Amino acid sequence: MKVVIMPAYNEEQTVGAVAASVRPLVDAVFVIDDGSTDRTAVVARAAGAHVLSHVINRGLGAAIQTGIVAARRAGADIAVTFDADGQHRAEDIPRMCAPIEVDEADVVLGCRTVDRGQMPLVRRLCNVGGNALTFLLFGLWVKDSQSGLRAFNRHALASLALSCDRMEVSSEIVKEIHARHLRLVEVPIAPVYTKYSLSKGQSLTVGIATAAKLLLNKVMG
Amino acid sequence: MSILQIVVVIFVLFALTRTVKKFRDGGLALVWFLVWLCVWGAIGVVVVLPQTSQMFARLIGVGRGVDAAVYVAIIGLFYVVFRIFLRLERIEHDISSLVRHLSLRDGGVDSRVSAHEPHDKSPQQ
Repeated sequence: MKVVIMPAYNEEQTVGAVAASVRPLVDAVFVIDDGSTDRTAVVARAAGAHVLSHVINRGLGAAIQTGIVAARRAGADIAVTFDADGQHRAEDIPRMCAPIEVDEADVVLGCRTVDRGQMPLVRRLCNVGGNALTFLLFGLWVKDSQSGLRAFNRHALASLALSCDRMEVSSEIVKEIHARHLRLVEVPIAPVYTKYSLSKGQSLTVGIATAAKLLLNKVMG
Repeated sequence: MSILQIVVVIFVLFALTRTVKKFRDGGLALVWFLVWLCVWGAIGVVVVLPQTSQMFARLIGVGRGVDAAVYVAIIGLFYVVFRIFLRLERIEHDISSLVRHLSLRDGGVDSRVSAHEPHDKSPQQ
């Protein structure tokens, strides 16, 4: 069974189209409505997604954790995390799942490869900084530690022990991959950068706050 | 005794009675009861006998008693802030767990508890 986990916060503009685009490729789409104040849940449900709603906003990490629990309970063999803002392409899902289906990987991370001119400089700096910090803290170098497109097999879903509620969850996933000795394959993907999708995701301020939180968590053990 | 010393002594006595009452009501663990007894007691002693702070300052190699008191207070406050931070982290984690439980229940996801439910990574206090 293959499922998509789609965290969404105030994404009524895009979640319907995104959920509808991935629905034919998987057995179920779990949209985690993270305390949205717009019609995200209604739109997602109309597009054929199974919606799980947080009564209050808890953050990307909390939404992903809810999706992982839902995937486990549904008995998923493969779970793909997929952004609701239209940044990811549905056609990348088969390529993401392929290494798992031939048992070459437990986790597949989508690595954004894009012309330098497309990704804003600040976003590129945040990505490089995120990769470097993730490597320094957790000992695993990945080409795109902050990518939201990931695939997990059943073993990885059962092994992951996540605790971060906010955007630092991306680095925590890398930490878990390393700590639990999960087999990792990185697959190149081409993100879709629109004005809307660029307005989402990590700004420099959020990136700095995420880095500070990761450092603090490391110190606190 | 100065007015300030009298006021502080009264406050310390009040704080001591509140601490004892809290312990008797079961709202304070023995360890913390003893810690707070020492804290209030030390404040009372230093206020009534200021020369004790000077003795303590000489003991730890600091010039003045009031400096030693400030250094100890700052260290103590940092520790309290650290404990509060841990507590907040725990509360945030619990809120997320509760919100998750509600969303899964209301979303009708199969509620079978599998052998692989998420590990509880609550921050240690």
